[in-house]
Amino acid sequence: MAQLKWQLGTVLEIRQETPTVKSLILDLRDWTTHFAGQHVDVRLTAPDGYQAQRSYSIASPPEDKYLMLTVERLEDGEVSPYLTDVLRVGYQVELRGPIGGYFVWNARDSRYNDSPLLLVAGGSGVAPLMAMIRHRAISNSKRPTTLLYSSRFYEEVIYREELDRLVANDTSLRVIHTLTRRQPQNWTGYGRRIDRAMLAETAWLPEEKPLAYACGPTALVETVANLLLELGYESGRIKTERFGPTGG
Amino acid sequence: MAEQFISRGFKGRRRGTNSELKGRIPPGQYATEEFPVLSAGPTPRTLLERWDFSIYGEIAEDLKWTWGEFLKLPRETATVDIHCVTKWSKLGTVWSGVSVDTLLEGINLDAQPDVGYLIAFCDGGYTTNLPLADVRGGKAWIAYEFDGKPLAPEHGGPARLLVPHLYFWKSAKWVRGFKLVKEDRPGFWETAGYHNYGDPWKEQRYAGD
Amino acid sequence: MQDSDLRLDGNAAGGLLNEIFPFEMTSAEATCICCGTVKPIGQLMLYHHGMGAVLRCADCDTAMIRITHIRGFYRLDLSGISYLRIPDEIH
Repeated sequence: MAQLKWQLGTVLEIRQETPTVKSLILDLRDWTTHFAGQHVDVRLTAPDGYQAQRSYSIASPPEDKYLMLTVERLEDGEVSPYLTDVLRVGYQVELRGPIGGYFVWNARDSRYNDSPLLLVAGGSGVAPLMAMIRHRAISNSKRPTTLLYSSRFYEEVIYREELDRLVANDTSLRVIHTLTRRQPQNWTGYGRRIDRAMLAETAWLPEEKPLAYACGPTALVETVANLLLELGYESGRIKTERFGPTGG
Repeated sequence: MAEQFISRGFKGRRRGTNSELKGRIPPGQYATEEFPVLSAGPTPRTLLERWDFSIYGEIAEDLKWTWGEFLKLPRETATVDIHCVTKWSKLGTVWSGVSVDTLLEGINLDAQPDVGYLIAFCDGGYTTNLPLADVRGGKAWIAYEFDGKPLAPEHGGPARLLVPHLYFWKSAKWVRGFKLVKEDRPGFWETAGYHNYGDPWKEQRYAGD
Repeated sequence: MQDSDLRLDGNAAGGLLNEIFPFEMTSAEATCICCGTVKPIGQLMLYHHGMGAVLRCADCDTAMIRITHIRGFYRLDLSGISYLRIPDEIH
C-alpha cells in the first residue's frame, strides 16, 4: 500500500442532517476508491501555520462518485465547528485517506459469508455503518443485517428517512432505534441506553456466527463490546471504532 | 516543495498573548484559562490505603510515607505558573502539598555528593528524570491539592510532582516516589525525543534544543 | 472525567502509522510483550497525548507502541510488541 498523500477535496454540497450534524459532499481529484468503514484524516491549517487534525468516517459507499463525510458539531471542538460553520460550497478541505483495514466491511468478501451483520451505532458513530448499509444496498446484498442505533432525541437521528426507505424496500435489513433522553409521543421503540437486555432482544444469536461492528462514543462502544462478549459473541467477530467522548 | 494549503477562514483555538502578560509567558507559549488533560495512559486509581511515597536508590537511606503520614508533614501552598510543551501556559495556579525539601531532610545528601539525579516513578509506569538540584531550594512539591480542592485523578491525583520552572511533563502525575541515582537516566518522554532538561525560558522542548 | 474520555482506539492512528509503514496498519496484529494478547492495532487503546501517540494493550495497558514526530524524525518505540503481523494488502 502506498503512503497516503494529503490531497484537496472541493465542497460540492453541504447537507444539514440534524440541528448539530452536517454532511459534506466532496469532490476529490486524486481519489481511487475505499472500503465501507474506512475514514479520512482532515487537516486544517491557519495562516500562521497552526494545524489541527481529526479523523472522520466516510459515510458514502465505495460506489459513489463523491465522498461524503458526516460531521457532528462539538461545542468545544476545534475542527468540527470549522467544518460545520465556516466551510462553504466551493471551499477546499485537505485530507488523506482512505485509512483503515480493520473496521471495514466488503459485500464481496467471501470470508464471513454466512454471517449476519450486527451494526451498533451511537450518535454520529452511525456514519461508517451507513457507508456499509449503503454499500450493501447498492451491491444488492441480502445479508441479514440489524442496525441498533442509539440517539438522544428523535430530531438527532441522522439519515432517518433514508433508513426508513431502505428498510421498507428490504426485508433482510432491520433498523432498531433507541432514544435515550426523550421520546416523542406514540414512540414504540426503545427509550433507554443500550443495555444487556436490549442486545439480548435485538442482536443475532452467537450460534448464527454473527459479525458485529460498534461505532460511536468510546463509553458506548466499550459497553456494547463487553455486553456482546457476555452474550457469547467471539471477540474476533466484534469490531469497534471509538469516536471519543462526544455526546451520544 | 509545494506550498502548504491554508484552510480558508480557519483560525484555530490558540490565542495571542496579552501584552500585559508578556513577561510571564515563555517563548512560543500562549496563556489559557483552561486546564487541558493530556494523558499517555489510563488514569490510575490507587486506593489511599495502598498509596505510599518512597525515596530510595543509590543512597544509604530508604524512606517511605503512607498517605496518613504524608498528610501530617508540613504543608505548603504555592501559586505558580505552569508551562506545557504543547504550548499552553496557565498562570497563577494554586497548589498545596509537601515541599520536596521536607522529604529530602531525612537524607544526608552532603555525605553522598555524587548522587546528583533522580528518577520520579509513578502509578501507570510513567517516569521522568531531574537533576536533584532542580527539586531542592523551594523549587518542587509533591502536590495533593489544586485550587483548594483535592487533586482530581485526571490531573494526577492523589498526588503529583510539581516542578513549575520546567516544562510540565516533568511534573509527573500519580507520582509514587523518587529513585536517587548517580547517573542521569532519561524517562518516558525524554527517551522519545524531548529535551532532557526542559527549561521553558530557553525553549528546550526537544532533544538538541 | 472517565478514562473513556481520554482514549480512542488504534483506528485513529492509521494515518500516522501509514506515514511510517507502507501498509495499512490498523489490521496488523500485534502481540503484547507483557501478557501475550494478540490484537489488531485498530483494537489497541490510543492515547493521543499532545506530545506523541501511545498505543496500549487493551488487556494489560502495557505501552506497546510509542511514536513521536520531532524536528523531521519519527521516533518509534515498539518494545512493547513481541511480534507484528502485517497483511500486505487490505483483505
